[in-house]
Amino acid sequence: MPDALYLSTAIGLPYLGALVTALLPANARRLESWLAGAVALLTLTMVWLCYYPTIAEGGVVRAEIAWVPQLGLNLVLRLDGLASVFAVMVAGIGLLVVLYARYYMSSDDPIPRFFAFLLAFMGSMMGLVLSGNLIQLVFFWELTSLFSFLLIGYWQHSAQARDGARMALTVTASGGLALLAGVLLLGHIVGSYDLDRVLASGDVIRAHPLYLPALVLVLLGALTKSAQFPFHFWLPHAMAAPTPVSAYLHSATLVKAGIFLMARLWPVMAGTDAWFWILGSAGMITLLLGAYVAIFQHDMKGLLAYSTISHLGLITVLLSLNSPLAMVAAIFHTMNHATFKASLFMAAGIIDHETGTRDIRRLSGLNATMPFTARLAMVAAAAMAGVPLLNGFISKEMFITETLSASTAPTLLHSLLPLGAALASIFAVAYSLRFIHGAFFGPTTGDMPHTPHEPPQWMRLPVEVLVFGCMVVGILPAATIGPFLDVAVRSVLGEATPYYSLAVWHGFNLPLVMSLIALAGGALLYRLLQRHLNAGIDGTPLLRRLDGRRLFDRVMVFLSWRFARTLERLLGTSRLQTQLRLMVCVTILAAVLALAPHDFGLGVLQLSPADPVIGLVWLAGSLCALAAAYQAKYHRLAALVLLGGAGLAVCITFVWFSAPDLAVTQLLVEVVTTVLLLLGLRWMPKRLELAGSGRLLSRLRRYRDFAIALGAGLGLTAISYATMTRVSPEGISRFFLERAYTEGGGTNVVNVILVDFRGFDTFGEITVLCIVALTVFALLRRFRPAPESIGVPDQQQGDVRNWMMVPAVTMKLLFPLIGVVAVYLLLRGHDLPGGGFAGGLMLAIAILLQYMAGGTRWVEDHLRVHPLRWMSAGLLLAGGTGLAAMAFGQPFLTSYFAYADLGWLGKLPVASALIFDIGVFALVFGATVLMLIAIAHQSVRSQRAAPTPPPAPQEER
Amino acid sequence: MSLVVLSWSLFAAQIMLGLAFGCTAWRVLHGPRAQDRVVGLDILYINGMLLLLTFGIRTGTDLYFEAALVVALLGFVSTAALAKFLMRGEVIE
Repeated sequence: MPDALYLSTAIGLPYLGALVTALLPANARRLESWLAGAVALLTLTMVWLCYYPTIAEGGVVRAEIAWVPQLGLNLVLRLDGLASVFAVMVAGIGLLVVLYARYYMSSDDPIPRFFAFLLAFMGSMMGLVLSGNLIQLVFFWELTSLFSFLLIGYWQHSAQARDGARMALTVTASGGLALLAGVLLLGHIVGSYDLDRVLASGDVIRAHPLYLPALVLVLLGALTKSAQFPFHFWLPHAMAAPTPVSAYLHSATLVKAGIFLMARLWPVMAGTDAWFWILGSAGMITLLLGAYVAIFQHDMKGLLAYSTISHLGLITVLLSLNSPLAMVAAIFHTMNHATFKASLFMAAGIIDHETGTRDIRRLSGLNATMPFTARLAMVAAAAMAGVPLLNGFISKEMFITETLSASTAPTLLHSLLPLGAALASIFAVAYSLRFIHGAFFGPTTGDMPHTPHEPPQWMRLPVEVLVFGCMVVGILPAATIGPFLDVAVRSVLGEATPYYSLAVWHGFNLPLVMSLIALAGGALLYRLLQRHLNAGIDGTPLLRRLDGRRLFDRVMVFLSWRFARTLERLLGTSRLQTQLRLMVCVTILAAVLALAPHDFGLGVLQLSPADPVIGLVWLAGSLCALAAAYQAKYHRLAALVLLGGAGLAVCITFVWFSAPDLAVTQLLVEVVTTVLLLLGLRWMPKRLELAGSGRLLSRLRRYRDFAIALGAGLGLTAISYATMTRVSPEGISRFFLERAYTEGGGTNVVNVILVDFRGFDTFGEITVLCIVALTVFALLRRFRPAPESIGVPDQQQGDVRNWMMVPAVTMKLLFPLIGVVAVYLLLRGHDLPGGGFAGGLMLAIAILLQYMAGGTRWVEDHLRVHPLRWMSAGLLLAGGTGLAAMAFGQPFLTSYFAYADLGWLGKLPVASALIFDIGVFALVFGATVLMLIAIAHQSVRSQRAAPTPPPAPQEER
Repeated sequence: MSLVVLSWSLFAAQIMLGLAFGCTAWRVLHGPRAQDRVVGLDILYINGMLLLLTFGIRTGTDLYFEAALVVALLGFVSTAALAKFLMRGEVIE
């Protein structure tokens, strides 16, 4: 099925291109632009290949790629007339922008990043317009926001670019969130997120009680993206982006995404009063406001940005009118606007590039110095103003016709439409004139940073292509754009497609008169404003107070600073005690709530006879645990020693109940924990006995905490007792016991479960361990100890060299022995107690002993452990074992088991799970050592940082 | 006959070891100096190891000897670390 291939290529290729471009060297400008251009061209070809013959005949190309078919989640690609118009704009203008950017971008800029982001953005836009599933559409929608953020902030060194990018992201991504909510509502109403099903259930949607919330949420998404009032303010600030980005994102693609969404959902959501009122008022205000503000912009790109806002408002008004003819005009104007606005942005970029400024006040007389560019820009600006024989004229005339025919409706907004349209047209003529007259006419001696001259031929080519398009469509609309427009319109309106005529001359009628009045009025207005504009005052008259940016900043400060702080103060705490108290209390509450409905009684199983020995051990162990808790606050070392005693009691208990596996692991963990805590104790600040610690209030607090602790402990005891005195339900343990050898090839069931039956769990756990170790490492790199604990400890002040000579030698000698036991534990783990986890811990202890015996410097001079390599090797080994099973056509992590014949050595059982276990071993070892070494290095570091006292005598060689 | 002797002597050994465990635990609990506690912990480990050994003899499985071996091999690590902490102020220099 080639169509599916074409569609997935159209989305996948730009992303692939982005990935490749990002990896190319920074100085390969030529190669990168060729690559990006080829990708854009191929993408365009893909759309073209789908277009004929299916789409051209009114069909729909649809491809499903199974993703999670069990949940009905598939990647659905769908191309129809409307989508293909947008797809051609995305890929076609993308191609021109790549060509343009090749000459525009300076060699100092990191080119790979630019093209990578641009291509990734192109892929996201393609994904957005080709989505056949609403959730998928929202996903790509957010991706476009993200990549537009990266593109607008491309010049990271400029604060303006960073702020503009952040603002654009905040506004459009919040809109995206609203859109997601709206789409979820739509899906709830329809019962499916599939676009075809949604498009087929327009009546259901409009009649549903949730229609209004869904409409508001969806439109919030569309209006923020398309920079409609009151969310328009982000677009002018996004002009800090490089000009190719503006030409691409802010004329043809990103801002048109909102238009696309509204057109896409037009058949199912339009046709109601709510639709008209929301879109009509927002669009009308945007249309007038944008056009008015544009007149007073001094920055060429600022002027174009506000003009874009205004034109988007025009399209929104057309979409709001609930009339099929207006829909035709909307799609038509979308295409026209993309062509002339992209070329204008590019022309502005050329002027900026060649003269060094975009300020209309400083530019003048470019008609003489850059004649070609000037004439191209003039034609494009004339199209923007709606001069006859150019494409802007035709769609603008359709707009005026539509507003006139809508004005017969009774409401105020309806009757104001023609007036607004006329006024906006006058403004449009005025700002287009300002663009042309300000830059291209006047004396040739402006105060421009560079002497202006024509750009390279290839840089002008994209502008030429686009302007040529404007003229051809303007003169012969029906013959050129007609068929494509027809297909697009039919894909939206279907049976309801009205008769419309694309012609330059419709006879001498009211719309034509209004167009002519607008041209004359605009020229007059510009003439009248000349003096004010020449004065070069910043800001817009009458609207000086209306600053979207300041409002936005205020909202952001409130939300991210004051509101957040207040919430944090009210709901959060940085005190560990409070957090723990809350956690324990909630846990108790959860247990009580879960157990309350059932009658909680102790079980009925017969107790086994008491064993006095284990009783004694338990007594000692529990006393140790209690004392540890008692001492924990003011006598840390004692608490640590006591914890060791309690741990040992637990360990003996495990052996008593025939779990040697657990006992060994528990013991190893016990040892590592003790040393880890001791390492940490070194850096703890001195304990403070506060003056008021004996007061009544703090005593009461302690009693309360004691009660909580007692409650939690007794509750846990009761639950454990109740569980252990009942017959355990028939679980899965029998399954594991029976199959451990036959299917896992090991007799140690615990280990077989870990590395085989539940191997995926283990894989996840070691990944988490890896992340934790890296986090600890990262946190400790920035660790700044309390000032009083930086210095060398008191005990090291005197000359106490060779203080523990004999133990140190013993510890060093034990290294190989412990290492051998560790490997032994690892290798036999599959059949007898042991395994990768215990082995890894044991080897870590062996290394730890060396650090203790010889000191950091001595160990690292003799033996360098690279924990990160161990960890990554372990993770790769474990993952690779799993993948290897897939290579044999088995599910991930299926283990293989066989006996290897070693000749006279006998037969050796080999399970692929052993390799997995070796991975676990390496990772556990690496992670433990990484954390221990990270703490140990603090001593070396802080002594280097603290000038006095002199380095401790520890370099014993 | 010898079995009876074995089982009784094992029981006696375990009881005495259990008592010793308790006594050492008292030393760890009571102190009074940090050094006393550390030595107490070391002896706790030795007691625990011996308990495991007697337990292994009683059940006749050699798996428990390995647990005892691990205790014997690594039980001193905590003690050494604590000792070093007391004497030098930090475990790893």
